Amino acid sequence: MKMNGAQIIVETLIELGCDCVFGYPGGAVLNIYDELYKSSDRIRHVISAHEQGAAHAADGYARASGRPGVVIATSGPGATNLVTGIATAYLDSSPLVAITGNVALPLLGKDSFQEVDIMGVTMPITKHNYIVKDVRDLAGIIREAFAIAQSGRPGPVLIDIPKDVQAAECEYTPSGSTQKFSPPKPDEANIDRAVELINSAKKPYIYCGGGVVAADAGDQVRKLAVLTDAVIGLSMMGLSAVSSEYDFCLGMAGMHGRYASTKAKSEADLIIGVGVRFSDRATGKKSRYTQNAKFIHIDIDAAEIDKNIPANIGLVGDVREILKRITAKLSPTQRPEWKKEVAKMIEDEIFFYPKGQEMHPKAIIERVQRHTSDDTVIVTDVGQHQMWCAQYYRFRKPRTLLTSGGLGTMGFGLGAAVGGCFARGGERTVLFTGDGSFGMNLTELATAVSNNLPIVIIIMNNGVLGMVRQWQKLFYGGRYSNTTLGRKTDFVKLAEAFGARAARVESAAGLDRSLEAAFAADRPFVIDCKIDMDENVLPMIPAGGSIDDIIVK
Amino acid sequence: MQKEQFILGVIVSNHFGVLTRVSGLFSRRGYNIDSLNVSETENPEYSRMTIIARGDDYVKNQIVKQLEKLHEVKKVELMDPDRTVLREHLLIKLRVTPATRPEITEAVNIFRGKVVDFNADSMIIEITGEPSKLSAFIDFAKQNDMIIEMCRAGALAVNRGLQNLGN
Repeated sequence: MKMNGAQIIVETLIELGCDCVFGYPGGAVLNIYDELYKSSDRIRHVISAHEQGAAHAADGYARASGRPGVVIATSGPGATNLVTGIATAYLDSSPLVAITGNVALPLLGKDSFQEVDIMGVTMPITKHNYIVKDVRDLAGIIREAFAIAQSGRPGPVLIDIPKDVQAAECEYTPSGSTQKFSPPKPDEANIDRAVELINSAKKPYIYCGGGVVAADAGDQVRKLAVLTDAVIGLSMMGLSAVSSEYDFCLGMAGMHGRYASTKAKSEADLIIGVGVRFSDRATGKKSRYTQNAKFIHIDIDAAEIDKNIPANIGLVGDVREILKRITAKLSPTQRPEWKKEVAKMIEDEIFFYPKGQEMHPKAIIERVQRHTSDDTVIVTDVGQHQMWCAQYYRFRKPRTLLTSGGLGTMGFGLGAAVGGCFARGGERTVLFTGDGSFGMNLTELATAVSNNLPIVIIIMNNGVLGMVRQWQKLFYGGRYSNTTLGRKTDFVKLAEAFGARAARVESAAGLDRSLEAAFAADRPFVIDCKIDMDENVLPMIPAGGSIDDIIVK
Repeated sequence: MQKEQFILGVIVSNHFGVLTRVSGLFSRRGYNIDSLNVSETENPEYSRMTIIARGDDYVKNQIVKQLEKLHEVKKVELMDPDRTVLREHLLIKLRVTPATRPEITEAVNIFRGKVVDFNADSMIIEITGEPSKLSAFIDFAKQNDMIIEMCRAGALAVNRGLQNLGN
């Protein structure tokens, strides 16, 4: 069938199973939007308030569903506004497909109106990117982009399409199959060596990252843990991979990790890293681990093996398949000494919990959790509130936490919550944010309201940029440079102006009342929670430090 | 660990932008390139790069693995210097006087070079060979302050024997 480029884009997206895209129209994508208009019964388009919000929404959609999220933006400023969103997806290995328009081919390279070399700009923050110069390549490129975004270690792909290519016509043939590149498989001898190392370990610790969520391998991790009496720790991206109901899932380890998880990681004699990259924030001082422990590193990305931590055994491939092969060769072994040692750490952890105050962030999170189900998608922004969520919210099912881990993008949350909510068919979604992060992209409230999305937004409002302030307090002599915002923003009036509902709370009883209303609302509900500006995220291990340097108060 | 030099043979798709992707990867991750050569292969779908880089074993491994992740990179090989023919090409223009001419001509012969342009005041000399041989000739010319300008192409490397990088 003869079609123009814009029709081919829409048809190929539908062919690839995409039923919802996020974006913002503009001059260089008029043709695409014209086709979206004509095909609105087959593919939904959600318009954001700003392209960055659309990029985070598509990313949130991808994280919550496991399917590629698609964002469309016009050339020039439309495209550059996607950049932070694409980088966020890249650092957290999220399958985002970004489609940008560009000026017509004869105008390329002439500094034309709204022309930016977005392919050059996004090269370091995409798995791959394209500029399509011939309409005959278009369908193939879109299919390949989806395959790249989802295969191996997922990640963002950008396709830049000049306006005249969108208008040009060619023959379109639908394709039945979605291609995917198959991952490598480690050989049997290496699996055997890993099994041997596990059998000889006295204190095994399984350290899971986002790769376990991506591969849906949580059950296999748990099986390995039960078989070997290993304990489980998580990176922030690994949260939700294994249910926190499991007694020996110790939660997040690292700079702001839970005490028992970080402590057990330092005492382990074998660390089995699964789909995790041993980032600096989660690892700290490397020598503190390597002195005690041997490492088995399982990851789909070969470049992660030996990158941050030298592994005794590296296994490259689908982590779920590899874990299956390992557990098939293990017989149940008990390690009561190790379990006892860790049980003591869990007991000690209670001393690290903040006590008393009813509006402590831990108490707020626990009160919110009374209203959520195991399936509720929790979204965070970046900063102290994010760490408190990571520490205290009890995640039970994979893909229920959407958070910007690698890039630490303040302003990620609201857009991601919009995308996450769409991915879950409009189910109630919870966003924890701070007054700083919320201030960055709060215009997306318009998107949430227009689409009647039942998003409960909890602003942990301390009037300061809390995480930076915490570092200023601990490491910069209490000189609070530009972190005491002292803004007069009335978040309740602001939310109401956008058409959302809202309440301000300063007590536990008030919070409970507002949560009742918020979880019954048919639209976004903002709860402005006043918290103490001097509350620190604890425990904390300073950058490059180890469990021996832990700060507890 | 020592920062030794190593040779990478890389087969890439013959698309525009590939050179930027590869060189961008090196600069982004802080790896040094000593030289890089790229040209089309016998199959116009592919180009071949020869990259001379520097680093310890850690850097060497990371470069190979990071390159392999690029979608348009089809094959990466760390080439064994003992089983590889490595060649560079030099065009060098020297200042010449009647007094220095015999010395230069003799040097060109010793280095198995060729005089490709000749006039009263200057000469362009072409030399092909291992990088160390080219450097030796440049040192000779420098010592005598003869260099007007020079241009040195990146190294080319091919494995000895039947094996090829593409398969």
